[in-house]
Amino acid sequence: MPDFTSPAATHPVDAELDCKGLLCPLPVYKTARALTPLRRGQVLRIECTDPGSLADFPALARQRGDTLLSAEERNGVQIFLLRKEA
Amino acid sequence: MAKAAPRRLALVASQGTLDRAYPPLILAAAAASLGWEVGIFFTFYGLDILHKKRHKKLKVAALANPAMPVPVPSLVGVLPGMTAAATAMMKRWMKRSKLPDVPQFLDLARESGVRLFACSTTMGVMGVHASDLIPEADVAGATAFLDFAADADVSLFV
Repeated sequence: MPDFTSPAATHPVDAELDCKGLLCPLPVYKTARALTPLRRGQVLRIECTDPGSLADFPALARQRGDTLLSAEERNGVQIFLLRKEA
Repeated sequence: MAKAAPRRLALVASQGTLDRAYPPLILAAAAASLGWEVGIFFTFYGLDILHKKRHKKLKVAALANPAMPVPVPSLVGVLPGMTAAATAMMKRWMKRSKLPDVPQFLDLARESGVRLFACSTTMGVMGVHASDLIPEADVAGATAFLDFAADADVSLFV
């Protein structure tokens, strides 16, 4: 489960990914690609509009072993902060 | 937490219509993105998905398909052009949704290390040669796929 104790704004972001307008599996695929060059501990910020993303990103973090620092929805856009752990 | 050994997904793709080609390709792309090992066994009409020429021309069946994009009475489904119309409609939808087409999904699968097993029995039955298939296809019998699937955490037949 994401750790919602840390508000998104307080986390420094190392890379950003725009997945607005994309449907599954593209947000997850592009996220995996964007995480590849990052180092352990670096944070990726992802914006999505696929409503499935709210269920998919906690699952992605769990399956990959990364940490979902925050998940929120603002004006129909889902915003995720994902910290690479492996 | 990530495990030492990655999870494994084993899929059987047995259908060669456009609408049945997408689900295994989408599942494979998603699973590979999670760091899973993925293998797809393309068998019988599903082999068309690996066929260099045919996979660009997969169709949506208008006949006997109650889930048509626009409901078509069964008798109308037999009229010439209905399959072409249904296929064009689905292709339009996929494009509008910015989803890759079938050849693009296969590229994506290759980049992600997805193993593409081409059923050798189907090739024999249908007269398909390895040179007819995309180069990433591994010609294999059911036994080789089962050997891969034996260690799968998730196995699905599409």
